[in-house]
Amino acid sequence: MANTNSDDTELIARLRAGDGDAFDALVTKHHGRLKRLARMFVSTDASADEVVQDTWVAVLAGLDTFEARSALGTWISRILVNRAKTKGVREARTTPLSAIGDGDEGSDDAAVVDAARFGANGKWSAPPIRWEDETPEKLVGNHEAMALLETELRQLPERQRVIVVLRDTLGWTSEEVCNALEINETNQRVLLHRARSRLRARLEAHFATYEC
Amino acid sequence: MLSCQEVTEIITDYLEGRMSLSDRLRFQMHVGMCKHCRAYLRQMKATIGGLGQLPDEPMPADVRDEMRKRFAAWNDARRADAKKKPEPT
Repeated sequence: MANTNSDDTELIARLRAGDGDAFDALVTKHHGRLKRLARMFVSTDASADEVVQDTWVAVLAGLDTFEARSALGTWISRILVNRAKTKGVREARTTPLSAIGDGDEGSDDAAVVDAARFGANGKWSAPPIRWEDETPEKLVGNHEAMALLETELRQLPERQRVIVVLRDTLGWTSEEVCNALEINETNQRVLLHRARSRLRARLEAHFATYEC
Repeated sequence: MLSCQEVTEIITDYLEGRMSLSDRLRFQMHVGMCKHCRAYLRQMKATIGGLGQLPDEPMPADVRDEMRKRFAAWNDARRADAKKKPEPT
C-alpha cells in the first residue's frame, strides 16, 4: 500500500467538509475488505461487524488529526487490526501472533510438498498435476476453484490464514504485516510460504479430481 | 544445481525477492530447464493471484444506514463545536 495519494487528499478534504456522499463512498469501498480482515481475528460474523463499525467510528474521531503519512486505506486497516486483535484476545480466540516459534502450527506441514513426490536426488517423481487454469486470470474465472480457495483458506491454521489474507488478499506489504502483528520478517515469510503452498496443493488436488 | 524439492522449499523467498543474486540465478536456471518446476511456479502465482481476487464480504444495508447516521452526528457535533469557538480577534 502506498503513501497517501491525490485521490485520498481530495476525499479527506470532502470528508472534513462534511460531505456525506464522500463518507458513503469510503465505507462502500473499504467495508467488505475490512470485514474480511476482522473475520481473521474474531470468532463470529456479528463480532466482525461490530469491529468494523467501531473502526468507522474511530476513523471519524481521528479524521481531523489524520496526517496522511500513510494511505487512507492503510490507516483505516491499522485501526481495525488494533481493535480486532483486542476483541479477538478478549474472545480468547487469538493467541498472540508474536508468540510464533519454531515448529509453529504443526511440523506436519514443514515439508510443503510431500517428500514422497521426489526421488532420492530431489527430482520430481510425481510432478505437479497440470491445471487447466494456471494463470491468475483463468483461475479467477473458475468459480468452483475460487469457492474451493475460499473454503480452504478458512481451514488454514490461524496465523497462516491471517498472514496470507493480509498479504495476498488485502495487498499489505511484508513490513506492514510484521508491524501490525509484531512478528519478524522471517516468521512472516515462513507462514506465508506454508499457507500459499498448502492452498496450491489443495487446488492441485481439486484439478486432479475434476479435470484430469 | 538446485533440486526440484529445494525449488518448492525456497519458492516464496524467490517470489518475495529475498534471495541473493547468485541464489536467484540458480533458481531461475533450474526453472528454465525444468518444466515441472515451471508448472509449480505458475501454479503458485495463480494461487496468489486468485487470493487477490476473492470477493469482498457483503455490506448489509442496515450497516450503510447506520454509518450514514454516524457521519451526520459526527458532522453536526463538529459544526456545533465550531460555533462555540470564539471569533479570532
